Amino acid sequence: MSDLTKLTIAQARDGLKTRDFTSLELTEANIRAAEAATELNIYITETYDLALQQAKLADDRLADGSAADLTGIPLAIKDLFCTKGIKTTAGSHMLDEFIPTYESTVTANLFRDGAILLGKTNMDEFAMGSSNETSFFGPVINPWRVEKEGKNLVPGGSSGGSAAAVAARTALGAIGTDTGGSIRQPGSLTGTVGLKPSYGRCSRWGVIAFASSLDHPGPITRTVRDAAIMLSSMASYDEKDSTSVERKVPDYEAELTGDLKGMTIGVPREYRLEGMADEIEKLWSAGADWLRDAGATIKDISLPHTKYALPAYYIVAPAEASSNLARYDGVRYGLREMPQGGDLDAMYEATRAAGFGAETRRRLIIGTYVLSAGYYDAYYLKAQRVRQRIAEDFNSAFKDVDAILTPTAPNAAFPIGDKMDDPIAMYLNDIFTVPADMAGIPAISVPAGLDNQGLPLGLQIMGPAFEEGVVLKVAYALEKAAAFDAVPKEWWKA
Amino acid sequence: MNEANRSGIIQGATGEWEMVIGLEVHAQVKSNAKLFSGAATEFGGEPNNHVSLVDAAMPGMLPVINRECVRQAVRTGLAIGAKINKFSIFDRKNYFYADLPQGYQISQFKQPVVGEGCLTIELKDGSTKEIGIERLHLEQDAGKSLHDQHPDLTYVDLNRSGVALMEIVSMPDMRTPEEAGAYVRKLRTILRYIGSCDGNMEEGSMRADVNVSVRRAGAELGTRCEIKNVNSIRFIMQAIRYEAQRQVDILEDGGTIEQQTRLYDPGKGETRAMRSKEEAHDYRYFPDPDLLPLEFDDDFINEARESLPELPDVRKARLEETLGLNAYNASLLVAEKENADYYEALLSAFEGLTGKPATELATTAANWVTGDFFGLLNKAGKSVSESPVGPEAGAGLLALVADGTISGRTAKDVFEIMFETGKAADVIVDEQGLKQVSDQGELEAIIARIIADNPGQVEQYKGGKDKLFGFFVGQVMKATGGKANPKLVNELLRGTLDK
Amino acid sequence: MSVDKNTVVKIAHLARIGVEDKNLDAMTAELNNILAWIEQLNEVDTEGVEPMTSAVETKLRWRQDEVTDGGKSEDILKNAPESECGFFAVPKVLE
Repeated sequence: MSDLTKLTIAQARDGLKTRDFTSLELTEANIRAAEAATELNIYITETYDLALQQAKLADDRLADGSAADLTGIPLAIKDLFCTKGIKTTAGSHMLDEFIPTYESTVTANLFRDGAILLGKTNMDEFAMGSSNETSFFGPVINPWRVEKEGKNLVPGGSSGGSAAAVAARTALGAIGTDTGGSIRQPGSLTGTVGLKPSYGRCSRWGVIAFASSLDHPGPITRTVRDAAIMLSSMASYDEKDSTSVERKVPDYEAELTGDLKGMTIGVPREYRLEGMADEIEKLWSAGADWLRDAGATIKDISLPHTKYALPAYYIVAPAEASSNLARYDGVRYGLREMPQGGDLDAMYEATRAAGFGAETRRRLIIGTYVLSAGYYDAYYLKAQRVRQRIAEDFNSAFKDVDAILTPTAPNAAFPIGDKMDDPIAMYLNDIFTVPADMAGIPAISVPAGLDNQGLPLGLQIMGPAFEEGVVLKVAYALEKAAAFDAVPKEWWKA
Repeated sequence: MNEANRSGIIQGATGEWEMVIGLEVHAQVKSNAKLFSGAATEFGGEPNNHVSLVDAAMPGMLPVINRECVRQAVRTGLAIGAKINKFSIFDRKNYFYADLPQGYQISQFKQPVVGEGCLTIELKDGSTKEIGIERLHLEQDAGKSLHDQHPDLTYVDLNRSGVALMEIVSMPDMRTPEEAGAYVRKLRTILRYIGSCDGNMEEGSMRADVNVSVRRAGAELGTRCEIKNVNSIRFIMQAIRYEAQRQVDILEDGGTIEQQTRLYDPGKGETRAMRSKEEAHDYRYFPDPDLLPLEFDDDFINEARESLPELPDVRKARLEETLGLNAYNASLLVAEKENADYYEALLSAFEGLTGKPATELATTAANWVTGDFFGLLNKAGKSVSESPVGPEAGAGLLALVADGTISGRTAKDVFEIMFETGKAADVIVDEQGLKQVSDQGELEAIIARIIADNPGQVEQYKGGKDKLFGFFVGQVMKATGGKANPKLVNELLRGTLDK
Repeated sequence: MSVDKNTVVKIAHLARIGVEDKNLDAMTAELNNILAWIEQLNEVDTEGVEPMTSAVETKLRWRQDEVTDGGKSEDILKNAPESECGFFAVPKVLE
């Protein structure tokens, strides 16, 4: 039997159905791989015992013919999704003992389909970060490294643990959330596929909120096909989420034809940054060529407000976060710090100072400031107006093109600690991913090549709202042409 | 308190001061479930039992709005003649408090569901005044903090958390405590009429934040203080009087009024600054990103409008104009919907029993309902809906008076028995032989005997002592055990004596 | 726009985040850095542009007025740092 951890979800699904191997074998193989990779600090909570039980049940389902696509497939879940009876921390000291009594809609959908939970993955605290270094549980280490340097690199963030789990072949797939790029940017930095669906496609119910109008659950996988399979299970209309959209979930896998005849792909000039690495420029042009070869027409387009998406995001997201995270007050759950003889306010201030890490505190302060009396119009309203402009840019672009091709991130993985002292440098990691979050449109990162140090780079496809099928179709063609088959050397096993 | 104070004018050493009063009434929407969750709104119960994960603001929980709460807000808006906004926004009002689980209250700030309206209040002297309403919006109630259960701890119960409230904000149009009282009473009447709030102030389903300032007559508005959470009309009036006087005393001493949030202590009859509200607030309102704008169409509004009952002002006008009731009776009857409903049901039954037109019977019926009926209910501490005597039974009693079977005097006694036993009026009259004597021959015989027995009085009467007429009536009544038909007795006596 | 230390103290208190005095200077500088970077938004002409209220263009959905939840005080209190007699407990609040 070949190494079961190297399979894609699609291959594993087929192998399980033909009984080439059992879910128990598949799950055990992944648990062994995860146990050998503890150095990467992927999981906050491992749920191996549960996984084995679930695998046995999955094998029953596979035997009795009631299996779904994900039945028996071991997955890693970002620790932002509330899981019933399983500690859910959001990567924060604030919630390091929090055990939800409820199951998020997205994980409930996955479990309904028989998916197996290997564990809850490490992440930037409350999903605030682009390098997984803001986690209370320590940074996740990227399975990829520059061989001759041997330095530990970041996996990107905030869904860094999920991306690393998939890249290190310790889980067949994972789920994350994307608020400013937190699925796609780690996807790019770890050589995995990261899909951010349209806003409203996957329910936010039971997902610990960072910025409500920007939070998007989505899958991280090794292939575009796997992303399609996972999205079909994760997506649903949810009456418990007022922003969930009542639309039929299509069969995404059926969109993967590889044929782009009749399609037009836009290449926006504003994504050409000054000082961007040559190799990223080159990869981007190669991407356009590949899509042309697959039958598409390539068109230069303009998204004039691109540059302003990131600063607008750094008003809107912290503003919403400052309100969303007000509930962590030490009263009903989570950490409580009680200074001797202190009153309620003293308890709040001590609890929140101790419970939140530096980056979270920084964003809460920014968010509080931009909403405060006298500044609301100048900051928050202005940012929401700019956001409208950004959405309009996309709307008019999609009148002429079916999808848009850009790089995913302005750089490859960087060493741990490199950008921690310069928040703005860190924020710039999300410069290409933030616009799709601001507009709520679907976007995917596909691994497309290696930089000259041998680190993976991704290309991004964005499409019109609720056209995940189009995005997946283009991504699939891109993936085929790029034929990215590099894998990280398993140095952690040494 | 002096007379001047009652009028809203406070006489200071340096001249007269005028009170300016505005009210923010928080009325709990009558609904089964909360504004954004499926937990019950039921009052009381075990602590934290009517609480969903949403109400406790568990991580990842999201609000979904209850249609009925929107409908009730729209109905209320229509009942106060206000502008209904088909597009409105839910905002978050951010502040920290132990019984505010989310760390924000979902409310409506810039774009409320209901805009400007107006309420007509009636004052004791019979005059009316229009009080402007600025807006009505929907918001969540907070939980409840209990400060007196433990020496060092405050207990928090979230059963109220998330219950829908309508905040109804008046313009600063009131000038006396009486006007403020009349405003709350009127608002309560309307809410109860349309059933959007039970108006129960003891259970807290209606409470008011009272804004009070004072100024020289006609001058610019003074700095106001807000007295939070006053839960009875009497306390509202008392708090206003105290607070206005306090402000005048400060101003008269050359001081300035500090804008403050205060609490009314009914025990001491004082207001005091709230400790927890000392710092300046900055609520950082912004649209709730978990919700979309609230939108509905004309059909929704029309459906709400059609569901409204006849409103108290319209009903009062109808009772006065078509039935000829006086303003006093009409006011008393429409103050509660169930009172007016009782009256109209009784009148209709009365019509059926007597075959006479309603206009002829209306005042008799109104006098009885507002007099004997309300009197006995009050004494028994019962509401109209709890009355053991239904409108048909009441009409049965009045019909017996109308056809002369019993006298008005006897009717009072019969009603008391009805009230106690629940028996019908005619049954009681039969059982106790209370039917009045209307047999002319029988009465003539009695009268003849009385005249024969009292020759002296007859002589005096005939000599001009008219007052003695009553003596003869009394004698007849005595002889019949009070059952003689008084009208007939009068007629027969006059016929005999005045010959 | 830039902020001074007093503003940072005020904002931190609004956010109920305790800040040690020794960190104030650094925090103020950091905040000003970020705010200066955000300033570039002023280059965008937003005259007549409505602020975005939601990324989805659907109508707000309504729930029916039915009691479907509650009766789970155990779950509600399960993660509480301190609870007594079915209540959450916090240090005494003076009103």
